[in-house]
Amino acid sequence: MVMEAPAKGGFRFDLCRRNAMLEKQGAHPPKFLKTGTTIVGLIYKDGVILGADTRATEGSIVADKNCEKIHKLAPNIFCCGAGTAADTENVTDMVSSQLELHRYATGRNSRVVTALTMLKSHLFRYQGHVSAALVLGGYDVTGPHLHAVYPHGSTDTLPFATMGSGSLAAMAMFESRYKEDMTKEEGMELVAAAICSGIFNDLGSGSNVDLCIITKDGLEFLRNYKQPNPRTYVSKRGYSFGKGHTAILSTKIIPLREQVTVVEGDAMVEE
Amino acid sequence: MASDTKGESKFFVFQSLQTSNLKSLFVDSSSAATSFGTTLAKSPLSHTQYPYVTGSSVLGIKYKDGILIAADCGGSYGSTLRYKSVERLKSVGKFSVIGGSGEISDFQQIMRYLDELTLNDRMWDDGNSIGPKEVHNYLCRVMYNRRNKFDPLWNTLILGGVKKGVKYLGMVSMIGVHFRENHVASGFGNHLARPIFRDEWKEELTLEEGILLLEKCFRVLLYRDRSAVNKIQIANVTEEGTTISKPYALQTHWEYKAFHNPTQGVEGSW
Repeated sequence: MVMEAPAKGGFRFDLCRRNAMLEKQGAHPPKFLKTGTTIVGLIYKDGVILGADTRATEGSIVADKNCEKIHKLAPNIFCCGAGTAADTENVTDMVSSQLELHRYATGRNSRVVTALTMLKSHLFRYQGHVSAALVLGGYDVTGPHLHAVYPHGSTDTLPFATMGSGSLAAMAMFESRYKEDMTKEEGMELVAAAICSGIFNDLGSGSNVDLCIITKDGLEFLRNYKQPNPRTYVSKRGYSFGKGHTAILSTKIIPLREQVTVVEGDAMVEE
Repeated sequence: MASDTKGESKFFVFQSLQTSNLKSLFVDSSSAATSFGTTLAKSPLSHTQYPYVTGSSVLGIKYKDGILIAADCGGSYGSTLRYKSVERLKSVGKFSVIGGSGEISDFQQIMRYLDELTLNDRMWDDGNSIGPKEVHNYLCRVMYNRRNKFDPLWNTLILGGVKKGVKYLGMVSMIGVHFRENHVASGFGNHLARPIFRDEWKEELTLEEGILLLEKCFRVLLYRDRSAVNKIQIANVTEEGTTISKPYALQTHWEYKAFHNPTQGVEGSW
């Protein structure tokens, strides 16, 4: 009597109630809050090693396959940046300029804690709206230092640090394999393994591994130290198409000279 | 004839129930306000929206002779670590072991369903015993059907077993997503343990290597997951049967020089 047989055609509005109910209960499509990056830093026996992946994302599109996330703040201080690319670039550029002026004023090499305080006070002033999460590392007169700086202005001083959406994957590598006083090769291998873990297990990170090693004697910037995502298929036939590749089906020539008459006039005079 | 009249009277009862429900909706003033102008009637029933007492991650791997599944013994009530002796690994039938993370009460309900399943299987008395593949399939259907009714069992279940020499390891989530793999993890283990498994798991791990791998992942979880407890159990399923170990604690390392005096040489930072 009341029971209806299921409709055989036409529109069905059964799901409208469900959708309205879900919306009322606050269901919304997933938001991506963490930023697409894996950046890490590690203190080893003689200094600091910083590592970063090279993918820049715009929503779910890869905007730049091979961007540089390790920025120079001073000849002995480098900073990896995660978060909004404009924010990390501009904040690091600004602090880099301030540090250079500071070097001229004091006549000494910059210290990591100076960069840290400048970054931290700037970010705190903007209450987290400058979305820059940084891993700051360097070697100054007091030794090697590594800090993690968060967008709201808090900092951590650590022997190993990871930031970005791939930070958990990278931290899993660090927590299981870190030991104190590693050699340079062990440190580089562990940093590369942590970045690769982020590249392969996190969707927001990808492409290549950049490394930066800072010691008392100087620095080594290894751009694209590892390239675990090469372009594996390249067409052997190449992409040049010489004459004869395309068949000509018909030809029609319209001489323009007959339709356009060019009248020579006087030269233009400057008023 | 008799059946027809019976059917009709059932209908009648059903109808009157329906109308009485609607009446109660209109009488209830708060819901009357919402249901009057809209086509949507506010339901007097509401289902589970969030879990209360939860267990954290469960990890599982295949090794040479069978399956190893590990879970800790913690039950958190929000951000309180309320229960520290919860058994989240249970054996099912002769061949399988199940580990559950998420709402503990729903996991206990799932155990009751599985007890009923294995009991019914015994009652057939045909010499066959329900294996891990069948249990996994049953769990998938239960979880998916509950999800379709918007009343999920808030768990991620990891099921492992060995029957007739074939190793089986699978996972079912609370919305019914299910798959089989060589290594599975639930909860925070997805983010912290899976990268380690993908890097270090290999075919033909021995029992010692498998336990070391699980302990390594659990140590990382102890350091980095706030709901993890340092009291873990490992279940081992082989052709011979299932054994679930007694709970034990892992060694953790906190003696890094950098942790003793982190701001030495960087006065002004913290």
